[in-house]
Amino acid sequence: MALAEQNRGGRRGSPFLKHWVIPAGKTLVSIAATMLGLLFVTFVIGRVMPIDPVLSIVGESASKATYDAAREALGLDKPLVVQFFIYIGDVVRGDFGMSLLTAHPVSEDIKRVFPATLELATLGTLFGVVLGVPLGVIAAVKRGSWIDQVARVVALVGYSMPIFWLGLMGLLIFYGILGWVGGPGRLDIFYEDIVPARTGMILIDSALDGNWSVFRNAFSHIVLPATLLGYYSLAYISRMTRSFMLEQLSAEYITTARVKGLPERTVIWRHALGNIRVQLITVIALSYANLLEGSVLTEIIFSWPGIGQYITNALLSADMNAVLGGTVVVGLIFILLNIFSDLLYKFFDPRAK
Amino acid sequence: MSVSEPHKESWREWLMTDAPHSRGQARAAAWYHGWLTFRGNAMAMAGLIILVGLLLVAAFAPWLAPQDPFTQDLAGRLQPPGSEGHLLGTDSLGRDILSRLIYGSRITLYIVLLVALIAPGAGLLVGTIAGYAGGWIDVVLMRITDIFLAFPRLVLALAFVAALGAGIENAVLAISLTAWPPYARIARAETLTIRSSDYISAVKLQGAGPLRIIIKHIWPLCISSLIVRVTLDMAGVILAAAGLGFLGLGAQPPSPEWGAMISEGRKFILDHWWVATMPGLAIFTVSLAFNLLGDGLRDVLDPKSGDQG
Repeated sequence: MALAEQNRGGRRGSPFLKHWVIPAGKTLVSIAATMLGLLFVTFVIGRVMPIDPVLSIVGESASKATYDAAREALGLDKPLVVQFFIYIGDVVRGDFGMSLLTAHPVSEDIKRVFPATLELATLGTLFGVVLGVPLGVIAAVKRGSWIDQVARVVALVGYSMPIFWLGLMGLLIFYGILGWVGGPGRLDIFYEDIVPARTGMILIDSALDGNWSVFRNAFSHIVLPATLLGYYSLAYISRMTRSFMLEQLSAEYITTARVKGLPERTVIWRHALGNIRVQLITVIALSYANLLEGSVLTEIIFSWPGIGQYITNALLSADMNAVLGGTVVVGLIFILLNIFSDLLYKFFDPRAK
Repeated sequence: MSVSEPHKESWREWLMTDAPHSRGQARAAAWYHGWLTFRGNAMAMAGLIILVGLLLVAAFAPWLAPQDPFTQDLAGRLQPPGSEGHLLGTDSLGRDILSRLIYGSRITLYIVLLVALIAPGAGLLVGTIAGYAGGWIDVVLMRITDIFLAFPRLVLALAFVAALGAGIENAVLAISLTAWPPYARIARAETLTIRSSDYISAVKLQGAGPLRIIIKHIWPLCISSLIVRVTLDMAGVILAAAGLGFLGLGAQPPSPEWGAMISEGRKFILDHWWVATMPGLAIFTVSLAFNLLGDGLRDVLDPKSGDQG
């Protein structure tokens, strides 16, 4: 495949075609293939489930005629291939069907709950980046020192700790015993519904409204789950930063810069760190995607009304439309972030070409 | 082995020799050298010791557990750790937490072993076929692998379990279904380098078919890098299984699965902290052990990538 394309590019001799159009086309095809794959998997999951979607609508005692009518209305009498294409069409139009649990369209539900997850994951990633990058840099510069050991332990613990258990322990210590933070949920009950929902992210909404008491309350609720969630991205980001930095620090240009007499601070934070920024952005995008997904369990612990809790609640009441709709949305975002980080890498790193 | 005359050579010298007399000796010496490197790594040894301990605990659970893990005692419910006869306290139904943890180690090992067989096995199959066959088979298989690699694992496992129904076996299946792609990639990369080597050509000239080449000559060489990856992944598998158990999608009550135990203890976390804390510590210890062991094994088996993690 690659060879064929090279030949084509060579024959036409247009560098524009070779460097931009063909790679862009390839990327689009791969995005489309991945998304089709995701939809195929969710479609299959929806078909193999032991619950009969028709029965759950018409009920046990429905007559054969009613049953068949409902089956036809759902399109389940058509061949599977046709059903798959209908399903793709629905998803493209943003139609995931009705949720049995909330009796709303799933897409509306997701629009309502998603900002809560976004707020949590964004704050978590911020925490991970702000602490993780400097920790990784220092660990690499002072390799083998105590701070390197600390970074190592931080990462090991992060890779080994069940996130839901860490959440429980956090609640126990910082809410139950010390009382430093707000408890589960996004707000205390008497702060709810005060600020108008513009973005759905309470911190931003209350700031826009200038209502700082709501902001403070929301912050006291989000700070613990976001920190604990962010700990996982801290573990990952600091580890990756360290190994990228080690690679740079052994390069010759660093020696040159030092020999020239540049201050060590400039060498490390400007030259070395500057050169790994593309790799870092890639890692940050990946860890952001992971946090969006990882927030599922954290949301349960902290009664956080986000997409993770939505999917789980739907799961426990066999509301498959909501489960699959949620899975597709999380999956699409995950895939897009993955591809975005890939593209960034290809775009900014001349060696990747 | 072939030397028959009596000699004072100790086992150690026999293993450390530079000139092995037989294939068996050479192989044993290679293992011994690996073991020496591994033994020098204190963290990895700690991981190994914890895991051996886990194996022993699981094997001798009926003898080690002070009480039956299922016997309820409502009069003695929610006893704190250190109370009489309950070293780690009791849960909301008065069951001894220590005994439940000990029996729960069996479930954890069961899940880990199954996933460690299924996921790398599937990955090895896909990866070697893709790598050896090349052409459109390679393109198609790797495209599928990439697609699976791009999926969010936990959410997809959730959806799988939702469709298949809750239970340990389904949780294992769901985790394996989301865990195989990295193995396929590793196996393919290894196959590509092996495929063009001289000895494969030699085997081919002797008339070996592709099936024989893949199974007898490519698989054995892929194993070591797969093992490292498996060990490093096991921590993640334990966490995923515990997560599914916590959500009520894995092992079902009254099974003493650690994740499910945390979920039971969650309701009492503020007043009776130990019910959820103890199983969490168990999960943490075991997945930490796998991480430590994996790091150590990587240094022994795969010195190239020593500084990645």
